[in-house]
Amino acid sequence: MTKVLFEHRGKADIETFDGWKAAGGFSALEKALKMTPEEVIEEVKSSGLRGRGGAGFPTGVKWGFVPKGGEKPVYLCINADESEPGTCKDRVLMEELPFMCLEGALIAAYAIQAKMAFWYIRGEFDLSERRMRQAVEVLREKGLIGKNVLGSGWDIDFGVHRGAGAYVCGEETGLISSVEGKQGQPKLKPPFPALEGAFGCPTIVNNVESLAAVPWIVNHGGSKYSALGTEKSKGTKLFSVSGAVNKPGVYEVEMGYPMADLINKECGGALNGIGLKAIIPGGSSVPVMPADVAMKTNLDYESVQEAGSLLGSGGVIVIDENQSMPELLDILGRFYAHESCGQCTPCREGTGWGARILHRVHEGRGEQQDLETLDRIARFMSGTTICFLASSMSMPIQSFFKHFKHEFEALMPTIDAVAGD
Amino acid sequence: MSQDDHIQAANADDSPVTEKTLRLSPEREAYIDDLQKRYPTKLATLLPVLWAIQEQTGWVSKEWMEYAAQRCECPASHVLGVVTFYTMYHQKPAGKYHVQVCRNISCHLRGAPGIIEAVEKKLGLEHKCVSADGKFSLEHVECLAGCSWAPVMQINRTLHEELTPEQAVRILDELE
Repeated sequence: MTKVLFEHRGKADIETFDGWKAAGGFSALEKALKMTPEEVIEEVKSSGLRGRGGAGFPTGVKWGFVPKGGEKPVYLCINADESEPGTCKDRVLMEELPFMCLEGALIAAYAIQAKMAFWYIRGEFDLSERRMRQAVEVLREKGLIGKNVLGSGWDIDFGVHRGAGAYVCGEETGLISSVEGKQGQPKLKPPFPALEGAFGCPTIVNNVESLAAVPWIVNHGGSKYSALGTEKSKGTKLFSVSGAVNKPGVYEVEMGYPMADLINKECGGALNGIGLKAIIPGGSSVPVMPADVAMKTNLDYESVQEAGSLLGSGGVIVIDENQSMPELLDILGRFYAHESCGQCTPCREGTGWGARILHRVHEGRGEQQDLETLDRIARFMSGTTICFLASSMSMPIQSFFKHFKHEFEALMPTIDAVAGD
Repeated sequence: MSQDDHIQAANADDSPVTEKTLRLSPEREAYIDDLQKRYPTKLATLLPVLWAIQEQTGWVSKEWMEYAAQRCECPASHVLGVVTFYTMYHQKPAGKYHVQVCRNISCHLRGAPGIIEAVEKKLGLEHKCVSADGKFSLEHVECLAGCSWAPVMQINRTLHEELTPEQAVRILDELE
């Protein structure tokens, strides 16, 4: 199977400048700087690369939204705020292949003619942050970051910007607020960041994994990348598998790869042979799938959607048959309530009350109507807020109820017990 | 307290703390100076300033929030809003070893409840508490993006992966 992101993973010293250079690193940057920015954007458009942070928006198309020749400076933000439960792929890219990530970001910055790039990195990340800071410093010394990069006449500066613990900063406008030195509260769109983002200037926010694919695309051509994967989901994707499998880990497979093969071949099958109950295929925010349905699905945007969920960030959470679904949903509810930024009422109140009700249901202290109330909260807060966080709690609630309602009902006190209270 | 006393007390509280001339270490001051030259606004350096403060003093006190406000040319109320918005800025001194145990779904599926129980018992601490000798503080945290190596805990900036309760206790035992 063709590897795009992990082609050089595990090679000696690949995390260093020299190691990356020896593996052919920076040839894509050199090539890109000899192209016009428009040509670079066209190449990435032709690859069909879609944003790997979860939304799946075509990367090249996004770059094309930046106005040409405007007076305002353009900014690139690299979203390395990997916080979606079940997702740990960007960490691997930054820890093991920092110069590949940085090369991709530099090509992106050139394509949109950015003046400055912010590498926004999760506050908890240690090795990733050190690696990226080091990589930026090395490239500054080598003249690949700074004035007139490789004689192209283009200047770029880079800031490695450490977050401080807020899931919502993984949302692109929340991230922008945080870069600006504010609470990480998402902003209404429009205006879209490509026109009016950080500091009121055109801004592109890209996920690390999206950018990490760019050097390969520039080296081999967009058509080579788009030949991988399925008709609509091009290329390869990282899947970080966690939970009840023998070999959890981060694996790169072509889009359209069967979930059953990912679980049974790459991950060595179900942990200790215990049966599987459910799989969340794209990070904790996407709908849960019964394991038998998930195991018949292929891993591309369209197939997963047809089967009732979303590919999201590629965080595959595998749940064995001994787990209590109400307990897992209680954990997720508490998480979203904790992370709601509080500016939109449906989310602040919905996640807060939703979490409280989920908790008492899980503890067997549910009250009559609680399940209906949760269903109503989930419906009400979905799509009524500035960002996607409220929907990220709605989707688990609705899908857990759709497939595993009996487990919740079994925890509800019987009418006799209520009457005897 | 008479009304005058109240006014005096209020004035005392409001006295400009700049007279105490809080300063970061020369390296940190130089780092912030450099950022402020390169970043589009001074406000944009607030998160880095707060990190520098926490690295130097272990937490972010009210006095240092005033310092950050002056350094980034913004109201102190804005700084307070930012410090309280993000979970990683400590508003009181944390332990020498700040222990964060992940409680989210992927770690839960691989035994996080057992790790939390063992760590709480070992340290005699609950969520968000600091030990009397100041050596340890404990926090249950949401996903640390160590899902494929679950269960995990992070001590200061070091991530410990694929833990068993026994290993977690041993790691704590070995800390000086």
